[in-house]
Amino acid sequence: MGNKLLEIKGLKVHYITEDGTVPAVDGIDMEIEEGETLGLVGETGAGKTTTALGIMNLVPDPPGKIVDGEIIFNGENLRTKSREAYRQIRGNKISMIFQDPMTSLNPVYTVFDQLTEVIKLHQKVGSGEALERAKEMLAKVGIPQERGEEYPHQFSGGMKQRVLIAIALACNPALLIADEPTTALDVTIQAQVLEVMKDLKKQFKMAMILITHDLGVVSEICEKVAIMYAGKIVEFADLESLFTNPSHPYTVGLFNSIPDPEEDVTELTPIKGLIPEPTELPPGCVFNPRCPDVMDICKGEFPETVELSPTHRVACYKYHKGIGGENK
Amino acid sequence: MMEEKLLEVENLQKIFNTPRGALHAVDNINFFVRKGETLGLVGESGCGKSTTGRMIVRLTQPTSGRIMFQGQDIHILNKKQLKETRKNIQMVFQDPFSSLNPRMSVSDLIKETFDIHKVYRKDKERDERVLEIMNVVGLSPRLVNSYPHELDGGRRQRVGIARAIALNPKCIVLDEPVSALDVSVQAQILNLLDRLQDEFKLTYLFIAHDLSVVKHVSDRIAVMYVGKMVELTDYKTIFKEPLHPYSRALISAIPTPNLKKKKDRIILEGDVPSPINPGPGCRFYPRCRERIDPICKETEPEMREVKPGHFVACHRAE
Repeated sequence: MGNKLLEIKGLKVHYITEDGTVPAVDGIDMEIEEGETLGLVGETGAGKTTTALGIMNLVPDPPGKIVDGEIIFNGENLRTKSREAYRQIRGNKISMIFQDPMTSLNPVYTVFDQLTEVIKLHQKVGSGEALERAKEMLAKVGIPQERGEEYPHQFSGGMKQRVLIAIALACNPALLIADEPTTALDVTIQAQVLEVMKDLKKQFKMAMILITHDLGVVSEICEKVAIMYAGKIVEFADLESLFTNPSHPYTVGLFNSIPDPEEDVTELTPIKGLIPEPTELPPGCVFNPRCPDVMDICKGEFPETVELSPTHRVACYKYHKGIGGENK
Repeated sequence: MMEEKLLEVENLQKIFNTPRGALHAVDNINFFVRKGETLGLVGESGCGKSTTGRMIVRLTQPTSGRIMFQGQDIHILNKKQLKETRKNIQMVFQDPFSSLNPRMSVSDLIKETFDIHKVYRKDKERDERVLEIMNVVGLSPRLVNSYPHELDGGRRQRVGIARAIALNPKCIVLDEPVSALDVSVQAQILNLLDRLQDEFKLTYLFIAHDLSVVKHVSDRIAVMYVGKMVELTDYKTIFKEPLHPYSRALISAIPTPNLKKKKDRIILEGDVPSPINPGPGCRFYPRCRERIDPICKETEPEMREVKPGHFVACHRAE
């Protein structure tokens, strides 16, 4: 076991809109050790990106607000930090890569300009040295140095994503948050980018939160997985336990919804129904209207988290002693 | 499986003239689709799979080649014949968010297909049929007056499918029908398409970039790369014994949610080349690990039947 790098306790991020309050992230707990990769998995609207923005203190306000919880990074609660202090951390100790490489780069600056900007901002180096660092970073992500003089539109999607990775890693962060970094890419290019990320993760010994909806990608690169549904983390486990013993009915439903190219399944078993409207979440367990194993108690309160093993916890009444009958 | 060929594509080519030169979007491809089967068309962005689909429904005019539907070349039909044929070949588009008119309600959207083809004389019959179709695709009747913005992605795609099946077509071109949807909804739509195919004896051309999805729905799969078809065979063989180096790389690149079967990944170098003024050799030559010089650089490999029903365009394949 390594040292805890990031610990999130009871984080709540709400969007206050005309139609009511949307609890986009509703009391989540998670922790990441140094050098570890956590996959944050869920469907559209689950609150994955809002969680990331919460950690970065970039939740658009209004309408968003971090209403409760602690974000402890390297032993310090980030929520007590001033805006100025946060700016020192962001892009330096914690970096983020956004989903769409096409829109995250500034079209009117060259790649070198954008790479040296972050280096000069956070590290006390001159232009010459910053440029050297920038060249090094490009080499690390597999882009020829001379291309640094070019503008984003001259790069393909996969190359742009590499540039963004180079920018994010330029200051050697302890934690990288990657929000769907390969979703906009073709599969062979996705494989290239994942390979680069795996490599750099080892080289830089950094921790990573990988936000994705693709359990295939998770199995490639993550050590821990958190499954999110409607603002809650419903299951949190090491990779092995989650894939061999998925326990929350939602996690099971996700696995049954994906066609596995290695197996011959004639019919998929989708989760019935739809993700609830964020302003009209059902009382009790948010998953209860779609759950195949729903019980009366599920409609009352959101279930407490139960530990199935020291590295595997799940928020479901099925595993509560004396209720689920399975007595795990 | 019936042997009758419903759709046959011969030497189909589409070249777009761009300021930078001739863009070979689709370059001399040949294939057929049997009645009642699903042919999956896979490839990465820009490989020409959507252009192929659009030519089959005659939304794009081919530069050369023929598309035969029930033995008729659909690109030489007159207006009246075309309208008749259109009833039989329908299309479902990728993005249910932009392919439905935002100012039309669900019932208007479905009615439109009947009105264009003047199927019903009486509005009452037509409106009953609208509800019937909605029921078939799993849309609750209370949504009849809803507008697209009030529906989630899955329901919107159901409206797209309702429009496509309303006229009892024989063939549907599905262009990335589930790629904009979340996995749990994607599975619902895939099951719906499967059920409709059985119920209405539909023939599908299923265009997608996600090989796991394509494998799940297809009987045979064709792989495209930069305007060329490189391999075509049944859905099992393409995964078990892919012969083209590109197919192998593509299949190995799929991240599988399966811890036990971790496979060796083939990581291709470089990017997909530009389809503008391609060279004389194999399109995959610059990224291929198994290329043979000089033949692969200089001569374009032809599609050959190497085993019964297994076609591949590679100089190495035997």
